[in-house]
Amino acid sequence: MTFQQMCTQLLEGLEMTLIIFFLVVIFSLPLGLIVCFGRRSKFKPLSWIVRVFIDILRGTPLMLQLLVVMYGPYFLFGMRLNPTWRFTALIIGFVINYSAYFAEIYRAGIDSIPIGQYEAAEVLGYTNRQTFMKIILPQMVKRVIPPTTNEIITLVKDTSMAFVLATTPPEMFTLAKQITAAGRMGHGAKSMLPLFIAGVFYFVLNAIVSWTMGKLEKKLAYYQ
Amino acid sequence: MILQMNNIKKSFGDLTVLQDISMQVNEGEVISIIGPSGSGKSTFLRCATFLETIDSGEINYMGTKAAWTGADGKAEYLHKNELRKVKSWYGLVFQQFNLFPHYTVLKNLMDAPIHIQKREKKEVEEEARALLKRMGLEDKADAYPCQLSGGQQQRVAIARALAMNPEVLFFDEPTSALDPELTGEVLKVIKALAEDKMTMVIVTHEMSFARAVSDRVIFMDGGVIVEQGDPEKVFGNPSEERTKQFLRNYNR
Ligand SMILES: Nc1ncnc2c1ncn2[C@@H]1O[C@H](COP(=O)(O)OP(=O)(O)O)[C@@H](O)[C@H]1O
Ligand SMILES: [Mg+2]
Repeated sequence: MTFQQMCTQLLEGLEMTLIIFFLVVIFSLPLGLIVCFGRRSKFKPLSWIVRVFIDILRGTPLMLQLLVVMYGPYFLFGMRLNPTWRFTALIIGFVINYSAYFAEIYRAGIDSIPIGQYEAAEVLGYTNRQTFMKIILPQMVKRVIPPTTNEIITLVKDTSMAFVLATTPPEMFTLAKQITAAGRMGHGAKSMLPLFIAGVFYFVLNAIVSWTMGKLEKKLAYYQ
Repeated sequence: MILQMNNIKKSFGDLTVLQDISMQVNEGEVISIIGPSGSGKSTFLRCATFLETIDSGEINYMGTKAAWTGADGKAEYLHKNELRKVKSWYGLVFQQFNLFPHYTVLKNLMDAPIHIQKREKKEVEEEARALLKRMGLEDKADAYPCQLSGGQQQRVAIARALAMNPEVLFFDEPTSALDPELTGEVLKVIKALAEDKMTMVIVTHEMSFARAVSDRVIFMDGGVIVEQGDPEKVFGNPSEERTKQFLRNYNR
């Protein structure tokens, strides 16, 4: 296998990695806000349940959660799983897990906003909804960018866990492993080069994530 | 009469902070509230501005009963929607300014009049710029709060409150968070407002300012009004021992 073939294959995998990455980001960022509302709800039973879920999601391995989502419908409800389910399960598992992390980040962000902001808004006659949308949310977004960036960087690397669900088409990590393993059998790469190349791709992806988030942070640096 | 508060009681748990306080604010009047720290001055202002709910008593704005003691002895409030109208009659200036940091100075002034009071943007902007001019901040319209000194921020906060055209303006120690050299500029604009007959209730530790600017001074201690009256009388010749003692400590 030539170097070029290897790169072509890995790039196809990278496409899948990116699809997983963007789907998870697009769904989990907003879902995290909803979970955060539940966690902050004044209705105690709700906030308590959400809290328990968040703790479980953060306190158990993501890989285990992915398998639970994957096999849950079969073992719990006796449903027959069609081949596309693997991918759906992967996205659902990731989105649920990352929503829990984002929810806690948002919560810390909201809690760090001085109570005076709420009081000033209230005295000026803002409704609770207006206060949140116009005063709290924009300031929260600014405050959560650094921890959110960390989480997104972790997500880039975590997409490799698609490996355990063997989703098709395979993403980059799965392919890198396959090509390397095949090398031992006398075909494929005959070296660890695929792993190295995949590593470089992950690294570059995260460099792009950091750079983008850094830009966003700068954009919001016009106030303190 | 703008505000009438009768027999206000307020506790935090076991701690009674306001015991049976009554106060009336008339149009054009400037009232200073003085008293030792922890005497309930802030709590009183926060009750008057509905940031705290009273336990019992009556709050009456512009002849509208906003809160009263119900049959069970507990305070009841007007429904949220009606209370909204009452809330448009007063403004509050905080010790910590509490400007919106992500808005420019001008937007801090304009956002509520436009989106809460649903007023015409053009008219609001004209008024806001005029207010900034009055505060000596006409060149700061496009600045963000973090680019201003504390004294400038507090003047913006005063302008923001005034932009709502309130009937009465409350101040909770407006200069306490400021460096000493910056208090003057804030006191100056408050004084100018007093000369323009703006109705104001000012909690302050600036005794000479209170003496100069107020029509009436209230001395609060331990959750009660110990003494009130003409500033010359309260400061010059207080009748209560506690007032004398407080002022003595202050003048040292
Ligand atoms: N939200 C609160 N919960 C409990 N105690 C409070 C609260 N707000 C104020 N207090 C207490 O009430 C008393 C009066 O406080 P405050 O009204 O701030 O006094 P002042 O403004 O005169 O210094 C203080 O003992 C204070 O600790
Ligand atoms: Mg106070």
